[in-house]
Amino acid sequence: MERGKTLFWLIPFLVFIVALPPVTGSVTLREGIFLILMYVTLASSLNVIMGYTGYVSFGHIVFYGIGGYISFYLMLRDGMHLIPAMILGGIGAALAAFALGEAVLRLRGAFFAIATIGVNEAVKALVNNLNFIGGAEGLFFNFSVYKAYGGAARAIWFSYYTMAAVTLITVVASYLIKMSKFGLGLRAIREDEDAAIILGVNAKRYKSLAYAASAFFPGMAGAVFFFKAGNIEPHDAFHLIKSIEMIFMVMLGGYGNVAGAFTGALVYERLKGFLLVNPLFKNLHMAISGVVLLLIVLFMPQGIIGFIREKSKKLRGVLE
Amino acid sequence: MILQVEDVTKTFGGLVALSDVTFQVEEGEILGIIGPNGAGKTTLFNAISGVFKIDKGKVIFKGKEITKLPPNQRAQLGIARTHQIVKPLDDLSVVENVMVGACFGKGNAGLASARRKAGEVLEFVGLEGKGDVLAGKLNVPEKKRLEMARALASDPDLLLLDEVLAGLNPAEISNMLEVVKAIRNKGITILMIEHLMHAIMNVSDRVMALVYGRKISEGTPKEVANDPQVVEAYLGDPELAIGLLKDKRGRG
Amino acid sequence: MLATWLGAVLNGTLLGLLYGLAAIGLNLIWGVMNVINLSHGAFIALGMFAAYFMVHSFHLSPFIGVFAVLVMGVFLGMATYFVSLHRIISAPELSTLLATYSVSLVIIGLGTFIFTTNPRAIDVRMGALSIGGTVLPMTRVLTGLFSVGFILWLYYFLYRTWSGKAIRAVSMNRDAAELMGINTTITLALAFGIGVALAMTAGVLAATIFPFTILSGGGYELKSFVICVLGGLGSPLGAMIGGLILGLIENLITLQIPTSYVPFLEFAILVFILVVRPTGLLARR
Ligand SMILES: Nc1ncnc2c1ncn2[C@@H]1O[C@H](COP(=O)(O)OP(=O)(O)O)[C@@H](O)[C@H]1O
Ligand SMILES: [Mg+2]
Repeated sequence: MERGKTLFWLIPFLVFIVALPPVTGSVTLREGIFLILMYVTLASSLNVIMGYTGYVSFGHIVFYGIGGYISFYLMLRDGMHLIPAMILGGIGAALAAFALGEAVLRLRGAFFAIATIGVNEAVKALVNNLNFIGGAEGLFFNFSVYKAYGGAARAIWFSYYTMAAVTLITVVASYLIKMSKFGLGLRAIREDEDAAIILGVNAKRYKSLAYAASAFFPGMAGAVFFFKAGNIEPHDAFHLIKSIEMIFMVMLGGYGNVAGAFTGALVYERLKGFLLVNPLFKNLHMAISGVVLLLIVLFMPQGIIGFIREKSKKLRGVLE
Repeated sequence: MILQVEDVTKTFGGLVALSDVTFQVEEGEILGIIGPNGAGKTTLFNAISGVFKIDKGKVIFKGKEITKLPPNQRAQLGIARTHQIVKPLDDLSVVENVMVGACFGKGNAGLASARRKAGEVLEFVGLEGKGDVLAGKLNVPEKKRLEMARALASDPDLLLLDEVLAGLNPAEISNMLEVVKAIRNKGITILMIEHLMHAIMNVSDRVMALVYGRKISEGTPKEVANDPQVVEAYLGDPELAIGLLKDKRGRG
Repeated sequence: MLATWLGAVLNGTLLGLLYGLAAIGLNLIWGVMNVINLSHGAFIALGMFAAYFMVHSFHLSPFIGVFAVLVMGVFLGMATYFVSLHRIISAPELSTLLATYSVSLVIIGLGTFIFTTNPRAIDVRMGALSIGGTVLPMTRVLTGLFSVGFILWLYYFLYRTWSGKAIRAVSMNRDAAELMGINTTITLALAFGIGVALAMTAGVLAATIFPFTILSGGGYELKSFVICVLGGLGSPLGAMIGGLILGLIENLITLQIPTSYVPFLEFAILVFILVVRPTGLLARR
């Protein structure tokens, strides 16, 4: 079995996409690709707990929000630089996931899914009430924050490159996790947790670690996103719809597959972009997304990449 | 003595599935376990491998009490098992299934050596050439071999085989029995649940009979087969009784 | 002081009964089919709009039109089952979660397109009732009574009619029910239809009290999750009790702590009960 080929095309492709806006100088393109990068990060991270481990974290956006809030608060209050604030945001999200995982990862199937929705809604409702982080109004940067980066325009380019770096790290990490012994244990848990435990997999520990890993990267993505936005509020940071978009992307591309999460995020962003600008579909984009999602679930549950892998043995090695 | 089971009792609601079961297993032997359906044989394996908490009693493995250890820790100490109702990891390839055993069992192998080990073991159980197939796509006899391969790959000291012959045709049975003997020749201790009398009488060093959760007989295959209590227990199960009688005639 | 408490208890009880009705459809579908219907809230919202058109286009009282909605809801739900669930009813939970979620996207997407998300209200003035100094609008009282009525009807249906018994048989053991000659496909479709119909009736009733948008069902859906884990799965009575608990909590606790903490409390309860007692607080098991 030949391995490691997936990254050989995935990384250059990613770098190519990242290079498009600075080369063309197009700001519109930059905004679109920023979103694609973020989606790739979110989908690839969710894939670790959902795709590899089989635990469908429906409220996964909570970690994006937690990371966003931690870093935003640090940048605003202490004037911390984005990079350390982002890393702390990621770590905060991962720790939250690890602690939470001890409780909710005991639940299986739909119960776990519902519990994660509950967690997200509980955290959102709590943040709504916490005045030191702005309550329901949220927090705002004053423009002086961007001065350290050479002004708002440069700060935005800086956040673009930071997101690109986060995405790159996430994709590589999600690949390495999948190909490692740890990843094998996770996939064993996904297929049959009881059997995996009997075979010696420490399922409890593995699940918590996987959950923490899958929370770390969204935590960082949230940090960058809200830095760029200049404000953060509970409704945006813990928006359940975004959670479901993440699941959609993973399904669209192919469950448990690194190239799948990547492809799913890419196709999803393009599809959404297309529906939103097209005057005919603009107002119907939600309904159309619903129909597309239903068609995938019913007729192509293995996703785009999963489908290709099934059809072509040759391509399997480069589509892990 | 590799395994000591002392006064193990397990109930499900009002049902007593195991009642004060006590026995010992010597290193390197094959202990056969017989008993009618619902006698508690699988439950006994579950108690030894740690699937659930037992109500009373002790399980001691290699001199260490493991009664309260979770299954994954027992696996790492060297207990491996197969399941009567096979549990393949469907969407993993056959090789990967076996690698899970090698990586997380007592062998604690890294990925590369696990892959090598998996290759060896698959050949040993006769699944060579199936490595890249998804486990879910195998037929039932192949899945039974996979269960066996996965358990073996972990380098166990004690192997629990739960009806690995059930549902196999005569050729496959004799094939599987060869595999079992070969495993024993590697020095691995085996506990084997089986319904097929001639098979179990043939490979076991000793046999133990369970009925309604109680151990009613233990000894050499011949002793157990001739035990009036065992014969009586099987009279409720004509097919098995005939098997047992035939077997006795054959031997006698 | 006492009057305040009495008011809170009365309002909480009436609201709790409505919550119970809103949750019961989710509970039924979850218990019988092991499907968590993420389109539940969307169907509640559809019920609200049904009430709106009853009043504005047909000048019909929602308390009469609600029976028509119940019947239409059954057919709509059954159609939804065949389109979106039948193919994957035995697939892992993720499939049914996503399938029902996509139904919700379609309903809410079309609803937003047609109705926009501007708030609407219907004006059913029916006078008020005064109990011990608490003034209760008649719509609230009727809503509570109708909720009880629909739940009693559900009990009658599940325990006294052949179709209802079939639903219970299928919920206990799908394979055994099939062997006994029950058409499980039709039965599952019917269960889903009834679950959806009850969601829609709850929407009709809720619309007589509160203003709404096409998105308003979401809040009821989340509350319904809380109620289901409070009351346990597959038990209409449990849902009713869960609903009452929630209604009372909302009305009594807010006498002590700010209203804005209520959602936090509700979801904290949800997660806590799931972790401690996933079969539901009041479940027998
Ligand atoms: N997890 C369980 N829950 C409830 N009852 C069980 C469970 N496992 C086994 N039993 C019951 O315990 C008894 C023994 O079962 P088992 O050990 O599987 O028998 P055997 O393997 O000898 O055929 C049976 O009556 C069975 O129904
Ligand atoms: Mg058995």
